[in-house]
Amino acid sequence: MSDLAIAPVLVPLLAGVLLLLLRKGTLRWRRGLGLLSVVVQVLLALALLDATLDGAILIHALGNWPAPFGIILVADRLAAWMLLITALLALFALWHACQGLDVQGRHFHVLFQLQLFGLNGAFLTGDLFNLFVFFEVLLLASYGLVLHGGGPARTLAGLHYVVINLAGSALFLIAAGLFYGLFGTLNLAHLALLMAQTPEANLGPARTAVLLLFGVFALKAALLPLHLWLPATYGRASAPVAALFAIMTKVGAYAILRVATLMLGDAAPGFAGLYQDWLLPLALATLVAGMVGALGARRLTDQAAYLVIASVGTLLIAFGLGGRDAIAAGLYYLPHSTFAAAALFLLSDRIAQGRGALGDRFEPAPDIPAAPLVGALFFLCAVLLAGLPPLSGFIGKFLLLRAALAHPAWPWVLGIVLTSGLLGILALARSGSLLFFRAAAVPGVAAVGAGPVTLGPAIGLLMLALLLTFGAGTWLEVTTAIADQLLEPGLYIQAVLGEG
Amino acid sequence: MEAIISLLVGVLTSCGVYLLLRAQTFSVVLGLTLLSYAVNLFLFASGRLVVGRPPVIGLGPSGYADPLPQALVLTAIVIGFAMTAFVILLALKTRAELGTDQVDGEAGHE
Repeated sequence: MSDLAIAPVLVPLLAGVLLLLLRKGTLRWRRGLGLLSVVVQVLLALALLDATLDGAILIHALGNWPAPFGIILVADRLAAWMLLITALLALFALWHACQGLDVQGRHFHVLFQLQLFGLNGAFLTGDLFNLFVFFEVLLLASYGLVLHGGGPARTLAGLHYVVINLAGSALFLIAAGLFYGLFGTLNLAHLALLMAQTPEANLGPARTAVLLLFGVFALKAALLPLHLWLPATYGRASAPVAALFAIMTKVGAYAILRVATLMLGDAAPGFAGLYQDWLLPLALATLVAGMVGALGARRLTDQAAYLVIASVGTLLIAFGLGGRDAIAAGLYYLPHSTFAAAALFLLSDRIAQGRGALGDRFEPAPDIPAAPLVGALFFLCAVLLAGLPPLSGFIGKFLLLRAALAHPAWPWVLGIVLTSGLLGILALARSGSLLFFRAAAVPGVAAVGAGPVTLGPAIGLLMLALLLTFGAGTWLEVTTAIADQLLEPGLYIQAVLGEG
Repeated sequence: MEAIISLLVGVLTSCGVYLLLRAQTFSVVLGLTLLSYAVNLFLFASGRLVVGRPPVIGLGPSGYADPLPQALVLTAIVIGFAMTAFVILLALKTRAELGTDQVDGEAGHE
C-alpha cells in the first residue's frame, strides 16, 4: 500500500477543481496554481521513478479493497517513466500557454489539469475498466482543449476527433464486456493469470476481445489505417495543446505495450504474439505514411502532425519487434520524439506569429524577427526529428536498428526506417529553407516580435532532448531496466495479487 | 431471451454503424447514440442473463444476479450521456459556424 502511487492522480484533480473555483480570481493566481501543480507532478514522478527503479512495484488499493475485487493503482518502472515524460512535457506546454494563449478561451487551465488527471490515471491504473474511464477523462478534457481558441476550422477538426473517439470508446466497452463475460474479472493482473488457462472453447471470443482492444489502442496511437484523424486535429489545435497532445498518441502505444507484455506473453500460448503479427507491418506502414505526409504538408503545423505519426510508427516498430533491446530502444525513443515534436509545435506557433497573416504556410514571406535564433532552434528540432547524428534521434534509431537485427524481418525494418529517415530530412530541409532562406517582401504582412523570453518553452524542450543525448548511457540503463521488468509479467501479477 | 438480446444488440449496432457513416451530423449523433445503447445492452449481458434473482448477494439458494456489469453499465450510461450532450452541442456549433450540417463542412452534396 503506497500513497505515492495515487498522488500523481490526485494532484491534478485537486488543482483542476481549485482552478474551477478560482474562475473569477486573477489570471496570475490561476497560472501560478496550474504551474505549481505541474511542478509538483514532476517532483512526484521523479520520486516514483526513484522508488521503483530498484524493482519495487508500488500498489495503492482504493478504499483498501484487495485486488482483484477492488480497483487498484499500480506504479511500476514503466508507469513512473511515462509519468515523468508527461509531467515534463506539460510543464513546458503550460509555460508556453501562460504567455497569452490561455486567455483565448475559458477554462483552459481547468481542462489542462483534467487532461493530466486522465493521462496520469491511464498510466497508473491496473484495471481494464478504469483504463476506459481514464481514457474518457483525458478525451473529454482534450475535446475542450482542441476547441480552445475557437474558429470554424478548429470546430470541424474537433467534431471529427470527437466522433471517431466516441466510436473507439464503444469498441473499448465491447472488448471490456467480452473480457468480463469470459473471465469474470477486469483486473489486468488477474486477467493475465486467467488468460493463461483459457479453455479451448473460449479461445475464439477471447482472441476477438484482445484484437478489439488492439483496435482501440491503435486508434489512440494513430496506427496506419486509423491515423487519418490526427493531422487535422493536431494541425488545427493551438500550439500548447498540440504540444501536450504529443503524449496522447503515446498513451495508445503504452497500452499496447502493457497489454502485449502482461497478458499476451509466453505464459498464455493461445494469445502469444497476437499483437506482434499485426503491429510490425502496420507500424512500418505508419512510419512511411507519416513521412510522406510530412513531405506533402503545406503548413508547418501539419508537417509537425505528420511527424508525430511517423514517430508513433517508429515507436511501435520497436514494440512490435519485442524483446528486451527493442523495447528498451523504444522507451528511449519515446521521450525524445515527444519532446522534439512538442518543441516543433511550439516553435511553429512563434514562426506563425512572426509571419503575420501568412501564418505557418509554406510560402515566401519577409524575414521573421530573431530569425537566426528561431532558425537555429528549428534546425536543432529538424536534426532531432529526422534522426541525424549526433543527437538523441540518431541514438534512438541506432538502438532500434541494432535490436532489429535479431528479428527475421530485419531487412524490411532497416530498409524502411532508413528510407523514411531520408524522407524526413527532405521534408524538413524543404520547410526550413522555405521559412528561413527564401525571404521576400510581401505587402501588408507585419512581423511580430519573438524574443528569447517567448521562445523559452521550446528551448526548454530542446534542452531536455539534449539531456537525453548527453546522458544516453544512463537513460538507456533505465529503459533497459523497464524492459526487463516488463518481460517478467510474473512480478507485476505477484505484486498486485499478493503471494497467494 | 439470449436470442432476443443478441438480435437486439446486433440490430442496434448495425443501425448505429450505418448512421455513423452518414454525411450529416444529426445522423452521426443518432448513430453514436444507437451504438452506445447496443454497447450498454451488451455489457449488461456479459454478467449472464438471469431472471428473478436478487441484484446483490441474497441468502436464498437461488444465487444472485451479477452486480458488477450493472455498475459498469451505469458508468457507461453516465459517460455516454455526457458525451452525447457534448457532441450535440458541437454539432450545433459546427452548423452555426460553417452554415452546413455536412460532416466535411462543405455544403451542397448528399
